[in-house]
Amino acid sequence: MVSTKTPAQLVFNGLLNENPIFRLALSMCPAVAISTTVMNGLMLGVAVLFVQVCSSCTIALIKDYIHPRIRIPTYTLTIATWVTVIDLVLSAYAPVAYKAMGIFIKLIVAFAIITMRLEVFASKNTVGKSFWDGIGMGLGFMFGMVTLGFFRELLGMGTLLGHDVLGFRPLLFFALPLAGFFCVGFMMAVFNYVELVFNRMKRKAG
Amino acid sequence: MGHMTRYKSFVLGGIFLAALLLLTGCESQGRFITKAAFKGTHDIVVTFAGPVDEAWAKDISHYRAYEKPDPDIQLEISSIALSSDRRTVTLHFEEALNQDEPHMLTMSNIMSEGKSVGTAFVRVKKLYLGVLFSVLIGAMLIHNFVFTKYLGLCVFFGTSQKRSTAVGMGVTFTIVMVASAMMSWALYQFVLKPYHLDYLQIIVFIGLVSLSVQAVDTILRKINPILFKAFGVYLVLVIANCIILAVPLILADNEYNAWESLMLAVGAGLGFLVALFLMSSARERLELANVPPTYRGLPIAFVVAGLFALAFLGFSGMSIF
Repeated sequence: MVSTKTPAQLVFNGLLNENPIFRLALSMCPAVAISTTVMNGLMLGVAVLFVQVCSSCTIALIKDYIHPRIRIPTYTLTIATWVTVIDLVLSAYAPVAYKAMGIFIKLIVAFAIITMRLEVFASKNTVGKSFWDGIGMGLGFMFGMVTLGFFRELLGMGTLLGHDVLGFRPLLFFALPLAGFFCVGFMMAVFNYVELVFNRMKRKAG
Repeated sequence: MGHMTRYKSFVLGGIFLAALLLLTGCESQGRFITKAAFKGTHDIVVTFAGPVDEAWAKDISHYRAYEKPDPDIQLEISSIALSSDRRTVTLHFEEALNQDEPHMLTMSNIMSEGKSVGTAFVRVKKLYLGVLFSVLIGAMLIHNFVFTKYLGLCVFFGTSQKRSTAVGMGVTFTIVMVASAMMSWALYQFVLKPYHLDYLQIIVFIGLVSLSVQAVDTILRKINPILFKAFGVYLVLVIANCIILAVPLILADNEYNAWESLMLAVGAGLGFLVALFLMSSARERLELANVPPTYRGLPIAFVVAGLFALAFLGFSGMSIF
């Protein structure tokens, strides 16, 4: 199925309609473990954006030469190559952030969202479209991570990006890594609620 | 005949256990010392074959202790206690001892009832079986991969709706986990590290995981179709699980040996099984509960998982042996 969407629609699609974290419920591990601060969420978001865009473009370039039976291993190896690149770059140029994210940078390989986008989109579309789809999905992931990080950092530590905003710590609980489970649960419930209200309004109008 | 084979396997098992036990415990080169072991966080207890003189025992200058890897750094002893039968000496150290490393203890010119019985070198280390057991329990409960390391969540939430599915997934996962972790450990230690190819670890490990899943799939399909029917569907999901990639990476980072790697892999698999079992039991009950419509499905599952994670927080800081 070849997509007919414009670049703007593709980006918007990744940000909201098919948001990887809140709508597709994929790659939950980093959403729970890494989103303790805005900065961490942003860094991992950038890494995922890079890997998603690069592997989408690579697969879109070589899609005609991949035998359908070995497509999944090909996707995995492509992603692993790009993850190795970002892993080495980050460990050299941003050692502090690299340490904070620990094993999760290497585990981008196993994030379901990237493989899924390659299978669903990049293997059937042109390089340009795949590029914009990768941007959309990466930004959607980053948006999810930063939103979670915003609430958790604000509620847990009373800070934003390391700057003191509130002057006190409302609920230290949210700074704990395990509060990610609750935060993701609450955010999903909010998204569900918005959808519920939206549908109800549509039914009344129609 | 069946009797004989069982007998044989008992003997083999016995020899194996004895060999393991011989590898463990403390080795003492002084014949006068019967036992030396860690006690608590700060103490080493030394037991002698006969009573020692109090004047000798209480003198700090007779003892020298250091960690095996760095003999230049002397550990400072703050006090010495002698038991009433004068056979046991407890050395109290200034700082907490790093019990993961073996310690060397030198006792010069030991005096027993007025006579010198020579100088003794003792190696104090934790029981190796204990180390292995603590790695197993650590990976299973204390650092449970799902509830305290937040890995493998996609598969965790996907397969924890029914208890039978959860157990099937857990068992399949444990088997594949052990196989792929041991292979990647061997590959890392004997190929990647000697040839300085460490930077290829991500590519090599993910390739190996996919290969081993494919191999288990093919072998199971040919050898035991019934088992394949029961567990085959989960095999595909195993690749999408980040734990299966995280364990080889942790093994490579921490330089574990073969036994410790095996224990970590088994612990990770069992921990995943435990987490899935707990979660599926709770979610089967949730089906009957009156959940608000916005929370139905995944949101409430996340909150329940958060509560489990809070409970597992109670294991943190626990140390065995």
